[in-house]
Amino acid sequence: MTILNIQNLSKSFGGLTALADVNLAIENGELVGLIGPNGAGKTTVFNLITGVYRPDRGHIIFDEKPMEGLLPYKICQLGVARTFQNIRLFKQLTVLENVKIALHKDVPYQLYSAILRLPTFFRGEASIEEEAMRYLRIFGLEGKQGEIASSLPYGEQRRLEIARALATRPRLLILDEPAAGMNPQETQNLMELIRWIREEFELTILLIEHDMSLVMGVCERIYVLDYGRIIAQGAPDEIRNNPRVIEAYLGEEVS
Amino acid sequence: MVEFLQQLLNGLSLGAIYALIALGYTMVYGIILLINFAHGDIMMVGAYVGFFSITMLGSNVIMAILFAMLACAVLGVLIEKIAYRPLRNSTRIAALITAIGASLFLEYVTIFFLTPQQRVFPAEAFPLHQYQIIGLYISNKDIFIIILAVVLMVLLQYIVKHTRAGKAMRAVSLDREAAMLMGISVDKTISFTFALGSALAAAAGVLIGLYYGTINPLMGIIPGLKAFVAAVLGGIGIIPGAMVGGFVMGILETMVSGYGSSMYRDAVAFGVLILILLIKPTGIFGRNESEKV
Amino acid sequence: MPSSKRQWLWLLINIAVLAGIFALVQYMIATRVLNQYYQINLTSMCINIILAVSLNLINGFTGQLSLGHAGFMAVGAYVSAVCTKYMDLPFVTAIIAACLAAALAGFIIGVPTLRLRGDYLAIATLGFGEIIRVILQNIEELGGPAGILGISRLTTWPYLFIATVLTIVVIQNLINSSFGRAIISVREDEVAAEMMGINTTWYKVLAFIIGAGFAGLAGALFAHYFYIIKPDTFNFLKSFDILVMVVLGGLGSTTGAVLAAMFITVLTAYLQAFPAIRMIIYALILILVMIYRPQGLLGNKELSRKTFSRLWGGSA
Repeated sequence: MTILNIQNLSKSFGGLTALADVNLAIENGELVGLIGPNGAGKTTVFNLITGVYRPDRGHIIFDEKPMEGLLPYKICQLGVARTFQNIRLFKQLTVLENVKIALHKDVPYQLYSAILRLPTFFRGEASIEEEAMRYLRIFGLEGKQGEIASSLPYGEQRRLEIARALATRPRLLILDEPAAGMNPQETQNLMELIRWIREEFELTILLIEHDMSLVMGVCERIYVLDYGRIIAQGAPDEIRNNPRVIEAYLGEEVS
Repeated sequence: MVEFLQQLLNGLSLGAIYALIALGYTMVYGIILLINFAHGDIMMVGAYVGFFSITMLGSNVIMAILFAMLACAVLGVLIEKIAYRPLRNSTRIAALITAIGASLFLEYVTIFFLTPQQRVFPAEAFPLHQYQIIGLYISNKDIFIIILAVVLMVLLQYIVKHTRAGKAMRAVSLDREAAMLMGISVDKTISFTFALGSALAAAAGVLIGLYYGTINPLMGIIPGLKAFVAAVLGGIGIIPGAMVGGFVMGILETMVSGYGSSMYRDAVAFGVLILILLIKPTGIFGRNESEKV
Repeated sequence: MPSSKRQWLWLLINIAVLAGIFALVQYMIATRVLNQYYQINLTSMCINIILAVSLNLINGFTGQLSLGHAGFMAVGAYVSAVCTKYMDLPFVTAIIAACLAAALAGFIIGVPTLRLRGDYLAIATLGFGEIIRVILQNIEELGGPAGILGISRLTTWPYLFIATVLTIVVIQNLINSSFGRAIISVREDEVAAEMMGINTTWYKVLAFIIGAGFAGLAGALFAHYFYIIKPDTFNFLKSFDILVMVVLGGLGSTTGAVLAAMFITVLTAYLQAFPAIRMIIYALILILVMIYRPQGLLGNKELSRKTFSRLWGGSA
C-alpha cells in the first residue's frame, strides 16, 4: 500500500524555483532515502510534506488522504513525524519533558480535569510518565530524564530527537540528516537503530542524508534530487553507478 | 472641494513632522530589528532642548533646531550603547522590553527635573503670518515646517545613497555578518544610524513645539506612536516608506479631525495599525518574508 | 514516584497554612490592627498578584508579549460595575460576568493578533488595549471620560483572598499538566511544537482567554473597592506596571510573579508622594533586569515541594 504519494510537487520562493515537478512514492514499511547535492531542495521537500510550506502546485497524499495545505500540527496528528537537520529540541526543558510534550497530542485527560485535579488527571499523568520513560529506556536515555536537553552530548541529543518524534506514534518518520556531525562508529550505531525502530515500531522511514555509507547501507530505495528535480531513483547499487547522479555530485562526468 | 484641499494642506505640515519621526523608527528597525519605543521621547528631549535654546540662549529657530539635533544625536547614541547594545543578540522581545524601559526613563527623568508642567513656546520666536493662495490658507509656520522637513529628508536620502556611511548602513541592514566580514564596523554604523534618526526626531520635536505652541514631558508618546504606525504603513525598514507613511498619517489625521470627530482622532492611529498588521504587515512598500526552517 | 500519602499530607499542610493566613488577616481587620492604610495596600497587593500571575501566563509561559493587559482589566471593571450599579445583580454574579466578558475580549483580541510575530504582536496588543480605553472613553452611558462613580464597596478580604488563591491554583494546575507543557513548548520553539501535533495557535488563544479572564476578575475587585473607575485608570501605563512585575519576578515563574507583585505594591505605597521616582525605578528595573538577569529574580523556578524538602534536608 502506498503510504506517501507525492505528485508534480513544485515550489518557488520569489524568483527561485526550489522544486519542479517532483514525483515520489513510498510503500508502507519501506526505508527510502532522498539524496542530492547541497541546495537541491531536499529539506524543502520535507518542509512541504510536514506543512511548513504550502506547495505552489502538486499533491501530497498520505494514506490516500490529500495533505497539502494542512497545518503542521494536523499533519503530525495524521501520523507524520520528523526530525530536523539542526536539532530542534526544547533546549531549556528536561529530557523527560521533551518526550512528554510529544505525548500531548493524545493526552488522556481533559483541561478541566487538570485544573480541578480530578483522579483522571493523576492517572493520566502517571501513564504519560510511564510511556515517556519507556521511550527513554529504548534509546538508552533513562537516568538522564532530569537533565536539561541542551546539556546532553550531541549524539544523545540526536537520539532524544528521534525518541521524541517516535513518541508521537507516527506511521511515517522523516529524518532530516540524522547522521550530521557523527563519526563512523556513531553512524554505524545509528544505522542499526534506524533498522531496529523500523521493525519495532512498524514504521515507514524517509530520510535525507549526505553520509553515503548510511544511505547505501540502510535504504532499500533511493531518490536523487538535483536543482529541484528528481534525476534518478532505484536501489542503492543502481544509484551508485548512475552517471547522471555522479555528474550531479561531482560536476562533470568522471570516467 | 476647497474644504477638502484645505484639509489636505493642513495635513501636509503635520505629515512632514510625522515623516521625520517615522524615519528614525524605520532606520533603527531596518538595522537592528528593534522597535525603538524611546524614539518618541527622544523627540520630546529635542523639543525641550530647542525650547531652552530659544528662551535661555536667545537663539533663533534654526539655531535651536541645530542644537536640538546635535543633543539628540548624542542622546540616541548613548541610549543605544547603554541599553540596546548589550541585548543585540537577545530575543527581540527582550530588546523591546528594554526599549519600553528607556522610554519610561526619559519621560520620568524629565518630569522629575523639569516638572510635568507644559511649557509654552514663545510666540516671538516665530511670528505667525497667514497667507492665502488660490483660496487656501497656509501659514509661514506650515511652509517652514514643510520646507525644513523636505530639506532634511533630501539630506538623509543623499547620506544613505551617496556616502560610505550610508552604504554601510544599508549593508548592515541586509546582512550584518557579511558586512562585518567586509570590514564594516557594525557598532559604529549602528551608532551612526541612531544619531541620524535621533537628529531627525529632534528637529521634529522643535517643529511640534512651533506647531502646537506647547511642550510637556509626555508629548512624545502619542506622536511617537502615530509616527511608528506611519513607518509600519510605509513598510518598516524602508526609508521612502516612512516618508510616504508620515504624510499619509498626517493627512488622515487632519481629515478625521476636520470631517469626523476629534475624539476618535488618536484611535484612528491604533485602528490603522491593527488593520495594517492584520492585512499586510510588511506595509505599502514591503516584501513578504518567511522564516527559514 | 512519591507515594500519594505524601501528596495528601502536603495538600493538608497547604490548606492549613492558607486557612491560617486567612484567619489571621481576617482577625487583624476585624480588630482594626490593620487600619485603612494597610487594608488599601493589602487590597492592591491581592489585585496586583492576580494581574501579575495572569499576565505571566501569557508573557512568561506562552512567550507572547502582551502589552494590553490593562484593557482586559478595564472590561472586567466596567462590566462588574454595570452589573451591580445598574442591574442590581449580586456581587458574585457580577464577578463571573466580568471574567467571562474579559475572557471574550481576550478571545476577540487574541485570534487576529496571535498570528503576528513577537514584537508586532506586542504592539498590536498595546494598540488594542488603547482602543478599548478610547471606546470606553466615548461611551456616554458609561460616564465617558469621567467613568463610573459610586460603585459599592463589595470587595472584602474573603473575596480578595479566595480570588487570589484561586488564580494561583488554577494557573499552576494548568501549567503543571500536559496542557501546561504544551503551552510552554509554544514558547520554547513554536515550529517544533507544531511538529509534535500541538495546535500552537489554539494554545496561544487559550492562554490569552484565561489570562484575560483573570485580569477581568482583578478589574471587578478593583472597581468594587476603589468606588470609581475611569478609562484613564486602565491605560498602557497600567499595562506597563503589570509588565514590570512579571519581568522582575521572572517570565515563567508564578512564585516570582507573586513576590514581585508584592514588592511593587509596597514600593508604590512607599513612593506614593514621588510618582516620578517610582516610574524611574520601574524603567531601571526593566532595563537592568533585561540586560543583567533576563530570567528575572526566579527565572522559571518555583517554590515547590522539592525546594522545601531540600531546605529541610529531606530527599525529594
